[in-house]
Amino acid sequence: MSRENISSHQQHADHSHDSHDHKPRGISRWLFTTNHKDIGTLYLLFSLLMLFTGGILAMMIRAELFQPGLQFVDPHFFNQLTTVHGLVMVFGAVMPAFVGLANWMIPLMIGAPDMALPRMNNWSFWILPFAFTILLSTFFMEGGAPAAGWTFYAPLSTTYSSDSTAFFVFSVHLMGISSIMGAMNVIVTIFNLRAPGMTWMKLPLFVWTWLITAFLLIAVMPVLAGVVTMVLTDKYFGTSFFDAAGGGDPVMFQHIFWFFGHPEVYIMILPAFGIVSSIIPTFARKPLFGYESMVIATASIALLSFIVWAHHMFTTGMPVAAELFFMYATMLIAVPTGVKVFNWVATMWRGAMTFEVPMMFALAFIVLFTIGGLSGLMLAIVPADFQYHDTYFVVAHFHYVLVTGAVFGIISGVYYWIPKWTGVMYSEKIGQLHFWCSIISVNMLFFPMHFVGLAGMPRRIPDYALQFADMNAFISIGGFLFGLSQLIFVWMVVRCMRGKGEKATDRVWEGAQGLEWEVPSPAPYHTFQTPPQVK
Amino acid sequence: MVSNTRLVRRLIIICIAMFAFGYALVPLYDVFCEITGINGKTSNQPAVTRAAVDETRTIKVEFLANRDDAIPWSFAPEVAHISIHPGQVQVINFMVENPTDMAMVGRAVPSVSPGEAAKYFIKIECFCFTEQPLDAHERRAMPVQFYVDPKLPAHFSTITLSYRLYKNIPQLVGR
Repeated sequence: MSRENISSHQQHADHSHDSHDHKPRGISRWLFTTNHKDIGTLYLLFSLLMLFTGGILAMMIRAELFQPGLQFVDPHFFNQLTTVHGLVMVFGAVMPAFVGLANWMIPLMIGAPDMALPRMNNWSFWILPFAFTILLSTFFMEGGAPAAGWTFYAPLSTTYSSDSTAFFVFSVHLMGISSIMGAMNVIVTIFNLRAPGMTWMKLPLFVWTWLITAFLLIAVMPVLAGVVTMVLTDKYFGTSFFDAAGGGDPVMFQHIFWFFGHPEVYIMILPAFGIVSSIIPTFARKPLFGYESMVIATASIALLSFIVWAHHMFTTGMPVAAELFFMYATMLIAVPTGVKVFNWVATMWRGAMTFEVPMMFALAFIVLFTIGGLSGLMLAIVPADFQYHDTYFVVAHFHYVLVTGAVFGIISGVYYWIPKWTGVMYSEKIGQLHFWCSIISVNMLFFPMHFVGLAGMPRRIPDYALQFADMNAFISIGGFLFGLSQLIFVWMVVRCMRGKGEKATDRVWEGAQGLEWEVPSPAPYHTFQTPPQVK
Repeated sequence: MVSNTRLVRRLIIICIAMFAFGYALVPLYDVFCEITGINGKTSNQPAVTRAAVDETRTIKVEFLANRDDAIPWSFAPEVAHISIHPGQVQVINFMVENPTDMAMVGRAVPSVSPGEAAKYFIKIECFCFTEQPLDAHERRAMPVQFYVDPKLPAHFSTITLSYRLYKNIPQLVGR
């Protein structure tokens, strides 16, 4: 704190007319802050807290699955664990982490003094703790937390759900409002606050991917709000959107949900593409290969995400023509994604590469995300999907793209930018230890899931056939190790926040390019109050 | 450049429009299913036209009946399946009995499988068009009169007509 104060006072001398320089101390600084760096920090710390909350739920799931039979939890509670684990990780860990990174980095990258709508920014963050308090409090209610899966298919979430459904719906509304406000803020900031000379095709790729993500959020979060509202009114107010007795249709729930749900999975990966596209050129010491094609590929993925939703529903009895359409449309997404992977590899080709921790995580991202993408292609094949559907193969697929994809992208971004945030270098030893522990344990955790899934083990089941016992014990050990490895990450973050470590230079990385590296380390409380000139 | 306020206003309009679109998907879904007939939903209107009988083909029509837990009636077709020619009008009775001591109102919702055959399955008269009140211990035969459209694509040889019986709940009245 004191370091930031000094630098903010230095700036204060230059901008004595600026009343926002005043920074209240204690809790009110964080409650009332409109500073993009404070809010970014809040988002990131909140998402770390949620990562561990969702992680504890995952540890309980893996403890139950360590052996066949019912050990620790009853099946209904197991369903609550998987449901809330999914909701917390998607809406509490991954999405707020990206919004936190956007808050910190987008103004620094485009030469803006702050986000365009700072008060809304404060609001969009402070809704989240309430949303998740409501969601997590359902564990202590009669009937327990929502247990219909994070996809809350009707009628599981309507006819067969407990009364915590109302709390669940309201918390999802709050999360949606928060995301929409965050997305609006990003769009308005990028549209209106770019420094002179920062033309569209000079924007760093992280900014581009976030702009496209923000439009996806604006387009689909209201649809999620609509579908949870329909669940609410079906359960409590006598409507029959998803109830066949009243002329509704439960399959329609899946169509509306996945119309939101598929763009949502790209919301959770596109900003990670942006982070990796910033890191690879820095440590390969070469400019990003194919910048324009990266922008076009990102936009294509976003547009295609609206016409592939029914590939989640191949087994609901769709006509063959529709199955073929959704199969081919899904496979088409592999083309722009392949362009991206090709560009990252081409950026590294004959580069002067070094392997600091951000680069290690970025490389792991490219390899492991590609594995997740390939299992996604397998799932897109209609006849094959009938076998894979609702097995652990699906669990393996989406954990490869979300954990070793989105979460590794976020972690590599944190290692990459934390010297700029805190002013000190993280310990390379701790970071490498974290990396190697994570990379080994995460593959122990998720890779064997492919095999048990192909062998027919269903997902969301607290017990399983005996032949899966050894694999599941191995998976659980991987899970516990992966959970413990993340404590190393917390150790690294806490050390940096407490200012322990080597002082970071302004540029931090030898090969770093971009406006965020032009400001001092740590980044002063106020930056770019006079817009920089971009050549 | 658009001012912040105007840009935010446009973004809010997109949000509201997308929220409305989520709800618009509900009627759109029904319209889409009705046009394409892919959801196994049959028309809720009695058919008026008759088609010529095509005696060169024989279609097996199976009947299924089941009920919701909320309605303790017994409910079954009088035959499990029949074979008919496309265009041939047929009447089948479904037997329903209310074993309880109180009068109740039920309603049956039809579904045809495979879904793509639904629009070729034409009901002339069906107990599913109206509510079915039954007194205590009353037993009744409920007829459905139908034919299979001769335009039914050649790869269909079996059609299943399934009814699920629901206890009439208030919002159904008047539908």
